[in-house]
Amino acid sequence: MSTHWTLHKFHGGIHPLENKQQSTTMPIQQAALPGLLVVPLLQHIGQPAEPCVSEGEHVYKGQLIASPAGLGAAIHAPSSGVVERIGAAPYPHASGQPYNAIEIRTDGKDQWHPDIRPANPDELDDEQLLQRIRAAGISGMGGAGFPTATKLRSGQQASIDTLIINGTECEPYITADDMLMRERAADILSGAAILQRLLDARQVVIAIEDNKPQAIAAMQAALGTRPWHVVSIPTLYPSGGERQLIKVLTGKEVPSGGLPAHIGIVCQNVGTAAAVHDAVYLGRPLISRITTLTGAALKQPMNVECLVGTPVIELLQQAGLDQTRMNRVIVGGPMMGFSLADLNAPVIKTGNCLIASTEQEMPAPEPALPCIRCGECELACPAGLLPQQLLFYAQGDDHEQLQANNLFDCIECGACSYVCSSKIPLVQYYRSAKADIREQQQKQIKAEHARQRFEFRQERLRLEEERKAAERQARAERMAKAKAAKEKADAAKPAPVAGSDPSADQLKKLKIEASMARVALTKAEKQLAQHDTPELHAQVAQLKATAEAAQQALAAAEPDATAAAPAAEKPAKAARPALSEAAKKAKIELAMARAALKKAERAEASEDELAPLREAMLKAEQTLADAETGTPE
Amino acid sequence: MSLILIAVITLTVLSLIFGAILGFAAVRFRVEGNPIVDQINTLLPQTQCGQCGYPGCRPYAEAIANGDKINKCPPGGEATIQALADLLDVEPEPLDAVEGEKPVQVAYIREEECIGCTKCIQACPVDAILGAARQMHTVIVSECTGCDLCVEPCPVDCIEMRPVEGDLRSWKWEQPSPIPDLLIIATDREDQA
Amino acid sequence: MFLSQVTSPHTVRHDHTRNIMRRVILAAIPGLLVSCWFFGLGPLFNVLLCSLFAAGFESLVLKLRQRPIGFYLKDYSVLVTGVLLGLALPPWSPWWLLLVATGFAVVFGKQLFGGLGQNPFNPAMLGYVVVLVSFPVDMTSWPAAHAVTFSGGLSHMFAGTPWLDGWSQATVLDSLKNNQGLTLDELWDGYTGFGWLSSRDSELVNLAFLLGGLWLLHKKVYTWHAPAGMLGALFVMSLIFWGGNGSESNGSPLFHLFSGATMLGAFFIITDPVSSATSTRGRLLFGIGVGILVYIIRSWGGYPDAIAFSVLLMNLCAPTLDYFTRPRTYGHDKAKRGFNTEGQ
Repeated sequence: MSTHWTLHKFHGGIHPLENKQQSTTMPIQQAALPGLLVVPLLQHIGQPAEPCVSEGEHVYKGQLIASPAGLGAAIHAPSSGVVERIGAAPYPHASGQPYNAIEIRTDGKDQWHPDIRPANPDELDDEQLLQRIRAAGISGMGGAGFPTATKLRSGQQASIDTLIINGTECEPYITADDMLMRERAADILSGAAILQRLLDARQVVIAIEDNKPQAIAAMQAALGTRPWHVVSIPTLYPSGGERQLIKVLTGKEVPSGGLPAHIGIVCQNVGTAAAVHDAVYLGRPLISRITTLTGAALKQPMNVECLVGTPVIELLQQAGLDQTRMNRVIVGGPMMGFSLADLNAPVIKTGNCLIASTEQEMPAPEPALPCIRCGECELACPAGLLPQQLLFYAQGDDHEQLQANNLFDCIECGACSYVCSSKIPLVQYYRSAKADIREQQQKQIKAEHARQRFEFRQERLRLEEERKAAERQARAERMAKAKAAKEKADAAKPAPVAGSDPSADQLKKLKIEASMARVALTKAEKQLAQHDTPELHAQVAQLKATAEAAQQALAAAEPDATAAAPAAEKPAKAARPALSEAAKKAKIELAMARAALKKAERAEASEDELAPLREAMLKAEQTLADAETGTPE
Repeated sequence: MSLILIAVITLTVLSLIFGAILGFAAVRFRVEGNPIVDQINTLLPQTQCGQCGYPGCRPYAEAIANGDKINKCPPGGEATIQALADLLDVEPEPLDAVEGEKPVQVAYIREEECIGCTKCIQACPVDAILGAARQMHTVIVSECTGCDLCVEPCPVDCIEMRPVEGDLRSWKWEQPSPIPDLLIIATDREDQA
Repeated sequence: MFLSQVTSPHTVRHDHTRNIMRRVILAAIPGLLVSCWFFGLGPLFNVLLCSLFAAGFESLVLKLRQRPIGFYLKDYSVLVTGVLLGLALPPWSPWWLLLVATGFAVVFGKQLFGGLGQNPFNPAMLGYVVVLVSFPVDMTSWPAAHAVTFSGGLSHMFAGTPWLDGWSQATVLDSLKNNQGLTLDELWDGYTGFGWLSSRDSELVNLAFLLGGLWLLHKKVYTWHAPAGMLGALFVMSLIFWGGNGSESNGSPLFHLFSGATMLGAFFIITDPVSSATSTRGRLLFGIGVGILVYIIRSWGGYPDAIAFSVLLMNLCAPTLDYFTRPRTYGHDKAKRGFNTEGQ
């Protein structure tokens, strides 16, 4: 059913040459199975996926090879084979930098994973449906690559009135969605039905630009009895931009910085709808996509269905690439795409188009002239910005003014650069300025965070100091009290009864304590011999004090207990002071030797001068060790 | 004579009136604290590194408010100097540091060499080092400000500063440069050389 | 070999600043031809000399500023300034007058501000005003139509020979301004060159410039806003203050539209994008401002024609107009006006 639909207009827009006819002469072709698939771990907006296979492992087609971490999407093996390598590989990005990828050497069998089974959505509840979509690793196929399951989840939380299926494909050259709609209209619509069910949307609108009459007819025909609207909208770049399309179809505007869901709308690309169909009905993850191969350097421009991870060069060769005429290869459309630095980079989930252009087709940019404020860019801007004003502020790095002039509402569609008669690369100015501002904001956030942590730390240290001071005072008071009490007790104490149980127990306890303290002391001293740090010194001193205290306590308790205790214990205790004497002496020597060495080192003495000092220290250490081990235990 | 008298009286009355207005304004629109210090402090990078010679960013902010130079902050670099110059309406000066502006760094502890002495933990102004006595320590990279205050106290020199490396997600477009021969005049070229 | 850092878009419209400038010059040709029909080769000589001087001054300053001369001359913007000045100044003007006017226009009006795109004032009008206030006699002695011979014009231009009797004539705007108690009909009876609406030369030259301007509009060199604003405002003002055909009359609306430099101003001067307002609404307001000022100065000011002064005055207002005519950005409730950054 297609009724009349009132259309609205967005500000600006341009009519670049469409160049779509070249690649629509033949049906969608199947791309050859490449020998090596390069599957990058980042094919969507968000965090890179984490590999869950290891090198050398055999994988089936459709097997999960990397699972999402944070905002992201799962990644699956596009064909069966062996994981050859996981590491940096060419990646389709404007920077030309490589990115981590899983490389799979295909075995030619193209064997599906046995777990992949069809399902009937009517038998699944919403949660299971969403789970199936998430597990299939679907992210937006239109270009940005936002994880679909996340988008649907946030759509479920809002109340959605309208689901827009975006088949506008407004960028020149690209015909992937056009061909998909012509050939797989039924799949798109059944995918859209699932989306509608998940979002509980009141109405579904399928928007197609009027330069695709065959696609419109195919979608109309496939619609059947569904009460949806297939709307033909006037061809005007960038009507396929989410915000612009919403304006055209509903007259509403997505608030700045907000999401379409905030005004009850969700947009999904036709390719995404088809992928949802595959995921739900067939259980197949997103491992292939339709990509347009076009440009004047290709003999036979076409659309292919290719596996994610297929190197660009292999696809272009399939379309008859003339390397001698090729001047630039663009991933995406000519308005928003980027030029590729390495043809071995693979096609990823968002790669809807590859343009191999000739010099004549897309000449190198002319040198920019000064802006003459002709105002063409303002007339073309679909976001209602003042591009020339933004240019002046960007040149002057005036971040405040850039933000006051809504730089962040720029969608980087390129309409301003397209119309600029002074050939100024306006979009690049905006991209650079946006990145600078974001970086500044990040820095600011980090600085604020660091300041808070610093202040918390200062506060903590202060409190700690206060607590310590309070404890010291409390301890001193306690000691004074204990001393007074002891004196009192000593004066009043009667001699303990020999052989009494409590006294014997106490003696035992004291003995254990004394020996434990001794062991700890020895250990610490050995440690001290190896590492010389003030901490250890302090520790040793403290342990020694503990050991001596224990010893004294024991000695004090013993005379009382001699009657009951056997006399055999005595020699061990007698030996202890002897050990302490010898060790003490050795240790003093060692400390002195060490101090001398350190002093010399600090004075940057020569190696000759240091050597004897080192020797002296080692000797002292040896003496100490001897003194400790030589004593009978 | 009466003319002079009138003039004197008029001026006296006027000065009394204006004095009263000023006095009223001083009380009515009194500003608590010294907000300029806060403003300066927010512009500083908060690494708390002490390279300015003050123990932390806030003390330096206070010093700037009291007339110290604005070019003593190496982690902030030219951007901070420019921002301070804009705020205080003074001329920006070149950075006063021997090594000049350094790239963003984070501390890295070579963990097999760490003896667990906790000295770096005590030195870290933002509690970005995790560890305990005789346990291996490690740096929480996301909290590290790159102040390098932990490097010096380490008795076994197992801490080093490593530049922060971003991947292509942090890559950004450069601002288009005007073609040098076309738009840069001779004096600019000299400055650039 | 790929250009890895070429930013999108990869395809651009095949239009260039120099094409825009060239179109403006082409569009001025009908006006120039009609002018030459009335004043011999005087206007052509004006235009040629001014263009020559302008290019010379531009090259000189570019050389002093150590900029590539060829690159900037090729944008034709200085030729536009020269051509417009040549058309605006009286035909067969003395060569030194042209020299001073173009010198001020190019050096002070354009290059000292930083060259193309940087000048706050319309360079041609700045040069025009400088000579208008400096050499009022030369600037007000317009030759009469079909009166000046080629040799007479040349000697006036280069040798400084004064006009012979009957060679120069007050313009129709002058006549109206200096009207002493005559009704309009009486005034026109006494004015030899009167045509249908204004003087015959003036109305035809204006018509030619109107044609050129319409062609530029058709070619989308600029939008209709500024010219429509100016002509509309002038029309409305002259309708309101017409005052009939009596001796107190200020002239009919059509008289104003087709007198003096109205059409040249509306389609060639105020459409200069650099010194005008930026947005379309801003340009409409800019045009309206010029139209009102032109009428005020013509009717009640000290000068018979007022395009140059009005344009310069409105140039001063352009930043303010920009400030108040910022467009509403998509997704915002209303346009952000003012220079605060609040609400970000």
